[in-house]
Amino acid sequence: MSVLAIEGLTKRFGALVVTDGVSLTVEPGEVHALIGPNGAGKTTLIKQIAGAVAPDAGRVRLDGEDVTALPEHARAARGLARTFQITAVFPQFTARENVALAAQAKAPRRLWPFSVAARDAGLNAAADAALETVGLAGRAGELAGRLAHGEQRGLEVAMALVQRPRLLLLDEPMAGAGRDETDRLIATLARLKGRVPMLLIEHDMGAVFALADRVSVLVAGRIVATGAPEAIRADPAVRAAYLGTEAA
Amino acid sequence: MTLAAETPAPARAAPPLGAVAVVAALALAPLAFDAAGAGFWIVVLSRGLVYAVAAMALQLVLGRGGLVCFGFAAFLVIGAYAVGIPYHHRVEEGLVVLPLAMAAAALFALATGAIALRTRGVYFIMITLAFGQMVYYALTALSTYGGDDGMTLWGRSQVAGFDLFRDRRAFYWLCLGAAAGTWALVRAVSRSHFGRVLEGARQNEARMAALGFDVFRVRLIAYALSGALGGLAGALLANHAEFVSPAYGSWHVSGELIVMVVLGGFASVTGAGFGAILLAVLEEVLSRLTSHWKILLGLGVVGVALLARDGLAGALARWRGR
Ligand SMILES: Nc1ncnc2c1ncn2[C@@H]1O[C@H](COP(=O)(O)OP(=O)(O)OP(=O)(O)O)[C@@H](O)[C@H]1O
Ligand SMILES: [Mg+2]
Repeated sequence: MSVLAIEGLTKRFGALVVTDGVSLTVEPGEVHALIGPNGAGKTTLIKQIAGAVAPDAGRVRLDGEDVTALPEHARAARGLARTFQITAVFPQFTARENVALAAQAKAPRRLWPFSVAARDAGLNAAADAALETVGLAGRAGELAGRLAHGEQRGLEVAMALVQRPRLLLLDEPMAGAGRDETDRLIATLARLKGRVPMLLIEHDMGAVFALADRVSVLVAGRIVATGAPEAIRADPAVRAAYLGTEAA
Repeated sequence: MTLAAETPAPARAAPPLGAVAVVAALALAPLAFDAAGAGFWIVVLSRGLVYAVAAMALQLVLGRGGLVCFGFAAFLVIGAYAVGIPYHHRVEEGLVVLPLAMAAAALFALATGAIALRTRGVYFIMITLAFGQMVYYALTALSTYGGDDGMTLWGRSQVAGFDLFRDRRAFYWLCLGAAAGTWALVRAVSRSHFGRVLEGARQNEARMAALGFDVFRVRLIAYALSGALGGLAGALLANHAEFVSPAYGSWHVSGELIVMVVLGGFASVTGAGFGAILLAVLEEVLSRLTSHWKILLGLGVVGVALLARDGLAGALARWRGR
């Protein structure tokens, strides 16, 4: 059974059809990349899968369960984790506390009122381990708002990892990161590949071709092609619609 | 604003020695005032402590939760009438009316919060203000219980049938106990896992939802807890003045409570408590100096807002850090 299956998803903003009958799946262990030009509707699609935006038509299934009517937090509780295209961290918490809070969402004490959250050794240890994975171990005590932009990208990934997701939605995780940070993030995701299924939106074609098992191309709200990375690279229609501008 | 997060956490909870010392000093203050023949200040400080309960309760939703509630006085006035109305019917038992005040205010907070917390920003301010005004006008229309004029109580709540709080020192200690308990509770909840979710939602609500937290529910629980403590403050206020009036629920009071929290430093429950006490003392001192004391007070608030955005708590932290 597919980890994620969306069927006929449609979203309009006024007269603009941003998602136009999109269907796709993410299979167990698969990295499915979604590429497309600016404004194609990639982020809006992710938001509908996550539950932040309600579709006008269509279904979203997680492990076969229809979650279309569930609110965002309930989908996250079922194992959907997400990174944001525009960095979304807690600026006044330390890096460690950001990740610990992400881990807290799945902990038995998630809303416990008589405890000192900052001293929860289990959450702090999980946070430190995830920060180590993305190369931020030395920055654990720094306020997230004071981290460099590339470091914040890494922090987002650490927050997603620590949730032990059943499906990872990554909206341009490398956007704005430097070359070294991009390479480290690709390596981190490569280690997860096979264990955590991912839907990866990325403009960095190096990352896409290094990680993806399948690539779908979204243009103006429609999927125009789906296939293995090599096939997509060679597809003349895709080159015309999208890659042509960058891969030339 | 993030002082708590930056201090390294000791392995075990150390007893808050500073807090114990402050409470002990405040507990001894009435003896000193009586010895100095300035017993009047006991009454002033009692009033400050009652407002401290309210301000610290508000700090939970305003400072920690980032929710600018402009109708907090509604909780106060509901708590006050939960003392006044039973009193009118010869029910003077504090063990009945204090829990009643807290429950009534918490229920009101739940019902109105369930609507108000669906809005954000200016809309939240407006809708909480509107709910507050509804309570205010409803009470002015209650002619059985004094309407506009309010009701005199001719005494204070009893405890198990005894008139324990007729004595102004005993009543002061009751208020001090309520303030210390509120401080401990709000502080504990703020530092807890629950409090971290509340604070996280203030910093980035979208992120909290994506992590799997039901932000609405967390805020509603915090709002109801804050309302219950506001009801307690209102019940104490009715006892303090031996009088209840719709004026306790006026939007001016909601505004003053916000000022107390801001004066205290917004992010600090301790600051909010001292902000309230400071305001009560300043009111007393300044109103003796000049009849235009509200202008002086206003200038002081503007000064804090401009120069020391982290308020009393921030000033104290800087002084300690030197
Ligand atoms: N809330 C909204 N209201 C109206 N229009 C919107 C809204 N959100 C997105 N859009 C429009 O929908 C289109 C798709 O936006 P979206 O952010 O999904 O694109 P994208 O593929 O993620 O682009 P990019 O590569 O730049 O991130 C854009 O034209 C955008 O202006
Ligand atoms: Mg986008």
